[in-house]
Amino acid sequence: MNFFDELFTNPGITEALPEEFLATIQMVGIAGFFTVLIGLPLGVFLHTSGPDGLRPMRITHRIVSDVIVNITRSIPFAILMVSLIPLARFLTGTSIGPVAASVSLSIGTIPFFARLVESSIRDVGSGKIDAALVMGSTRFQVISKVLLREALPGLIAALTTTLVTLVGYSAMAGIIGGGGLGRLAYNYGLQRFDTTVMVAIIVIIVAIVQLIQLAGDWAAQRVDHRNAATAGSGRRHKSKPGDVVGV
Amino acid sequence: MITVTDLRKTYRQGERTITALDGVSLSVPKGSIHGIIGHSGAGKSTLVRCLTLLDRPTSGSVMIDGRELTSVRDAEIRLARRRIGMVFQHANLLDSRTAAQNVAHPLELVKTPKAEISARVARLLDLVGLTGFGDAYPSQLSGGQKQRVGIARALAAEPDVLLCDEPTSALDPATTEDILDLIHELTRTLQLTVLVITHEMNVVKRICDSVSLLENGKVVEHGPLIEVAATLDGSLARALMPLPGFKRTSALPVLELLLAGNSASGPVLSGLTRRFNAEVNVLAGSVEHLAGRQFGRLRVELDAEAPLAEITEFLESAGVQVEVAA
Ligand SMILES: Nc1ncnc2c1ncn2[C@@H]1O[C@H](COP(=O)(O)OP(=O)(O)OP(=O)(O)O)[C@@H](O)[C@H]1O
Ligand SMILES: [Mg+2]
Repeated sequence: MNFFDELFTNPGITEALPEEFLATIQMVGIAGFFTVLIGLPLGVFLHTSGPDGLRPMRITHRIVSDVIVNITRSIPFAILMVSLIPLARFLTGTSIGPVAASVSLSIGTIPFFARLVESSIRDVGSGKIDAALVMGSTRFQVISKVLLREALPGLIAALTTTLVTLVGYSAMAGIIGGGGLGRLAYNYGLQRFDTTVMVAIIVIIVAIVQLIQLAGDWAAQRVDHRNAATAGSGRRHKSKPGDVVGV
Repeated sequence: MITVTDLRKTYRQGERTITALDGVSLSVPKGSIHGIIGHSGAGKSTLVRCLTLLDRPTSGSVMIDGRELTSVRDAEIRLARRRIGMVFQHANLLDSRTAAQNVAHPLELVKTPKAEISARVARLLDLVGLTGFGDAYPSQLSGGQKQRVGIARALAAEPDVLLCDEPTSALDPATTEDILDLIHELTRTLQLTVLVITHEMNVVKRICDSVSLLENGKVVEHGPLIEVAATLDGSLARALMPLPGFKRTSALPVLELLLAGNSASGPVLSGLTRRFNAEVNVLAGSVEHLAGRQFGRLRVELDAEAPLAEITEFLESAGVQVEVAA
């Protein structure tokens, strides 16, 4: 049988692959959602509570930044994942499957994403913050209208990087019970030496990553008005004077 | 009207305390422009930060139209700040917003109705000469245009006071003049009280009614422009009408003259020559028009026989200030 015929007859591809593909998407989707939900505010907090932030909080910042975030980030993901199995079971009622794996995936990427958020926000010039404060903005208004909005291109890039990382982590999670393309590769590639399935999986994973990157770059560029070359794209969403750009 | 009384600000840096403002007092009447000039590190930025309450002064008071700013509680700071419009050196516009949205920013904060915002923004853009630029992003504007947007934004909430921190330091000379003229015109039409922080004497010459010289956190000279310009030994007068450094090359007597107001154009020197039959040799000179009057500073060399005491008396009676150069 040649390679292309096998591509459409191998049960590993026709039956298992679509299912595991969806499991991978599910893991990346759920973990991505919670990473943004928790990592974004955490990143903002890391910046605003820092020494040059809007509201410095020396001790709390120390605890969150040095202890929680740095320690979580320094544990290798494979080890973190295994150690979080009890927590996953507590939260989802099971220790296997994509939903359970999403718990450790989220916890693994939240600190990573939060650091990226923090550094994007740090790039917003302090002059812009001063300008907003002198206008009479509340801290919340500075965060929503200045920090997050001005950092948006960087935040989108951070999300892109995080999702790509999640695809990689999800493959690892798959091997220890999460399911998805990682487990498929392990079962067929490592245990059965099925090259066709292996190649198909690699192509699909590369395609997913490329797609995320392309979409991320496109979105970041669309909201970026920082230099004249890309500002042209902003003309497409033309606005009336006085219109408010929401966050 | 802004009144600053005995404003002090100290920073702690480890063990040391740095006195950035050491008892600054000044007062700027409504409708006039006051310049604060000083070298790097004099405390100009610190003064601005204290006036806008971005930093709390260590002691002293800042009053705007008789209302105290420094004693307000945190919650009221935002209200107090809305009475101050601020123009920055680098405009500090938000890149993610168009010119119009930038101008609208202060109005959004106080929940102004949308229709009113767009009407007001259009009017402000007209006022600063940017009609039709509302949809442009800052990256599509020149430095001067950005500063105009910055000025429109500062005026959006109809403040009583306009604070300008080095408003033209990042601009070329021609654009500097345009922006200064705009600030000047707006001050008159809107009856603003304006404080301009700068290290450029040209800014003071062009638009200021009065000026303070800040040095090491202290105001060392201050007053209406025409008064400080008419002070022979003042640093501000020297900076307004600079003469090249003086190096004595002969034993002949040298005088420095300050001709303020009408005497500057009067035939003082030819009078001197005729009356004392003296040789007058002009070594250096500088002439300025300030607040519609002419000012001149001259360094002249006389011949060895010239009767110095009588000449000085003659010049002084003609309204010229005289100093014998060492
Ligand atoms: N946050 C701070 N902590 C410690 N010292 C400070 C701080 N801000 C200012 N200073 C000190 O206060 C003094 C005045 O500084 P300031 O920035 O007000 O000067 P400036 O007149 O604005 O100078 P420039 O023209 O260079 O901007 C300087 O000696 C500076 O080192
Ligand atoms: Mg400064």
